[in-house]
Amino acid sequence: MTQRITVRVNGIPETAEVAPDRTLLTFLREDLDLTGAKEGCNEGECGACVVLVDRKPINACLMLAVEADGREVVTIEGLAKDGVLHPLQRKFLEHQALQCGFCTPGMILTTLGLLAENPSPSEGEVRRALSGNLCRCTGYRQILDAVQDAAAELRGTGKGAAR
Amino acid sequence: MSDKPTRWVGTEVPRVDGLEKVTGAARYTGDLKFPRMLHAVVVRSPHAHARVRDVRLEQAARVPGVRAVACGKDFPFHVGIYLKDQTVFATDRVRYVGDPVAAVAAETPEAAREAAARVEVDYEPLPVILDVADGMAPGATLVHPDLGSYECVPWITPKGGSNVCNHLKVRKGDYEAALRRCAHVVERSFSVPQVQHVPIEGHISVARMDGAGKLEVYTSAQSPFTVRHLLSACFKLPHGDVRVVVPHVGGGFGGKAGINLEPIAAALAMKARGRWVRVLVDRSEEFYAVVVRQGLEATLVTGVDKQGKVLAQKLLYLWNCGGYGGYGVNVVRAAGYTCGGAYEFPNLWGDSIGVYTNRPVGSAYRGFGMQEIHWALEQQMTMVAQEIGMDPVEFRLRNCLGPGKSTVTGQVLDEHSGRIDLCIRKVAEELGWGDGRKEPNRGRGIACAVKAPAMPNDAASSVLLKFCEDGMLEVLISGIDIGQGLKTVAAQFAAEALDLPFDKVRVRGLPDTDLSPYDWQTVASRQTWATGNAVLRAAENCKQQLLGMASRAFDAPASRLRLANGTVLDPETGRSLPFERLVMGYQFDDGHTIGGPVAAAASFIPEGLIFLDPETSQSPKPVAKWTFGAQGVEVRVDPETGQFTVERIVGCYDVGKVVHPSLIRGQTYGGMIQGLGTGVMEELLLDPQTGRPRNASLTDYKIPTTEDIPEKLEAHFVETPQADGPLGARGVGEHTMIPTPAAISDALFDACGIRVTRMPITAEKVRAALQAKKKEQPTP
Repeated sequence: MTQRITVRVNGIPETAEVAPDRTLLTFLREDLDLTGAKEGCNEGECGACVVLVDRKPINACLMLAVEADGREVVTIEGLAKDGVLHPLQRKFLEHQALQCGFCTPGMILTTLGLLAENPSPSEGEVRRALSGNLCRCTGYRQILDAVQDAAAELRGTGKGAAR
Repeated sequence: MSDKPTRWVGTEVPRVDGLEKVTGAARYTGDLKFPRMLHAVVVRSPHAHARVRDVRLEQAARVPGVRAVACGKDFPFHVGIYLKDQTVFATDRVRYVGDPVAAVAAETPEAAREAAARVEVDYEPLPVILDVADGMAPGATLVHPDLGSYECVPWITPKGGSNVCNHLKVRKGDYEAALRRCAHVVERSFSVPQVQHVPIEGHISVARMDGAGKLEVYTSAQSPFTVRHLLSACFKLPHGDVRVVVPHVGGGFGGKAGINLEPIAAALAMKARGRWVRVLVDRSEEFYAVVVRQGLEATLVTGVDKQGKVLAQKLLYLWNCGGYGGYGVNVVRAAGYTCGGAYEFPNLWGDSIGVYTNRPVGSAYRGFGMQEIHWALEQQMTMVAQEIGMDPVEFRLRNCLGPGKSTVTGQVLDEHSGRIDLCIRKVAEELGWGDGRKEPNRGRGIACAVKAPAMPNDAASSVLLKFCEDGMLEVLISGIDIGQGLKTVAAQFAAEALDLPFDKVRVRGLPDTDLSPYDWQTVASRQTWATGNAVLRAAENCKQQLLGMASRAFDAPASRLRLANGTVLDPETGRSLPFERLVMGYQFDDGHTIGGPVAAAASFIPEGLIFLDPETSQSPKPVAKWTFGAQGVEVRVDPETGQFTVERIVGCYDVGKVVHPSLIRGQTYGGMIQGLGTGVMEELLLDPQTGRPRNASLTDYKIPTTEDIPEKLEAHFVETPQADGPLGARGVGEHTMIPTPAAISDALFDACGIRVTRMPITAEKVRAALQAKKKEQPTP
């Protein structure tokens, strides 16, 4: 038994027949080949699979694809526009806020969700918001610096953080 | 080595794999699509120790959609990098909970799970050994009754008829006589539990054997060539018929060194010819089923004279290797020849012993035994200093290694070996050591670190440099960028040596044993140094080719020409040729053409390494290089609850040459936080009776998050050039997590007078120690 869903993914409506137990993560990775969202634990603990659903960061491994029906999903692949990086992506590069890169998509999307709600987060607020995104490489310092720098730039230019 | 100013090395170039990683373009093994890929499930032992009476696969094979089933009877082949003590699947016995017994591959994950549930295994449970003391006890059950007959490298000494899989003896001077002359003697014991690497990408391998018999493996691994070599040896295939490709790797930390899931994937692929088979572990299995860090029980005796010079030092390191020691035996060895850490001990008696138990398999882990032994040794040094009333920093400086000093193996260090004293002084200065500041419940601590690459003497790297038609340089390496920034560093060395604009260099992945030049392994903090050297050599060769062609083109002596920003320049005439006019051969105006596509391969192998003496471990040069460093921490303790906060970590390492400032800072911060994790929160817990894991999930096994990191992380570097380092550089990747736990422990002692000797330092242990101290010294 499958169910027909239409999800707007990175601005494009995607219609598919999915099994009711298919997770949003598997739908994105297997059916749409959007592999930027990673499977790190499949139990909502590591944050590597975070995507934005209606602008809110969600662990895609914990959401069913059918729950995303009619909603708007943004993955890491949808951030850069015509080859121009989102300021947050640029700041992650500038601050060396990544090493192996496996947690990076989730880290960036969680941050984006935070900045949409709170464009001027304190360091403590950033730490809390990102505490569900595990990184084993960086020790987080350069990630926190990148987030603050990006937040400042996004405020300065007057652009909203989330798309 | 050169004092010439550099253009790219030492500067903030962009990370060359950054763009693909922030856009989601970077593909990891699990992101690749393979047509009609089969899904595997591994049947793992629920027993920590048992005889395997029988494995029956018939019911499993009958499940619709199953394409392959395999067990030990099918592949009774041994595998292991240094000691071949493991088989692809258990044959006669299982030795830890999670030991692979069989595997199935099916069209869907559901069918594979169903089939795995129908594999029937008859076990006969055996006594379970979880601690090294039990493993060493006379008459202990043997985990490997056939140990004496296993194949191993000549520099490993398993003791058949016991549970000792390796024993390194270090004997220097006359320990007993020196001990009798000592004014003070301190004896203490320390322990470190097994911990897990916790890469965010778990282990995963995909394999196919095609109709012609060629085996292809895509895998998340640190060492494609070592995987190929060990697969070839295991399945008796020519190396040329095995291809290993490594896409992006989502963290390794040693856990993806050597060989892991690849033999299982290969075995199933051989049973389902022509089909891709994917094997992976789920997050729970990642904690116990593949590899972990070995546990350590250490006992140290230190004798000092009245002036604070250590005269006699004894060290016993007992390593809990778990069920197999294929890789772990070399951790035991490394801990032996580094047993004295960053200090000179004229009279030393050291034993490093690896013991089989029925715990998960101990293997390589960032630091390769060094964090564990420094946990013991560094705390011991502080305690000895306190015993004689000397400042711990002063005591360290009095006893530490340096040029002209002799290591535990009798190697005399020279001016290129790096300077621990400068690192200690820098960290002490940054912490304000000796400023007399003492606030209640706050403390400071300092610990040192040293490590050498623990690798076979012939561990080599090679690279290939070639050009595109537009003059862009392509650098092929087989070292893996597991996050440390190897690709960026390789590009820096290449651009430096060929004076190219940085964006005219591409470092090629994915390492592919069919196409890429040989590299032993991405381990041992060796890549910047080994691959860096090979890149410089290959670049020099390319440079000579370019100069040779330009010399004929200009009709000028090559010695007069030089490379300048992607051109060859004749400074006398001002004539220049861009690389694109040369790299495919130079054509004169009349049409005749010389040279040809510019390309060069080059290698690096450490020279002059001498095996350890089998009885004393003495050797004038047992390892290629040493990297020294120190860390200092500041903590704040809540004396009621035992909760404490590490507020600051300051590190200083002698790296020879800072190749990329913000990359090395990031690597250092990352190491400090991994060090903090193992130091204060991480421990793989097993049920004491059954040996079953009790915290095999990210819910129960915590690693540091953004909320756990100190307010301040600081990284400093000393640059004493390494004689054989590329522009003087030496490795530092692992060293960054070595001293952190010991420094934290010392800081806690400084803060509230308690000492935790069993890692991790949890709030519970601190509180218990505070209460015990209160009972000992009732408040007046």
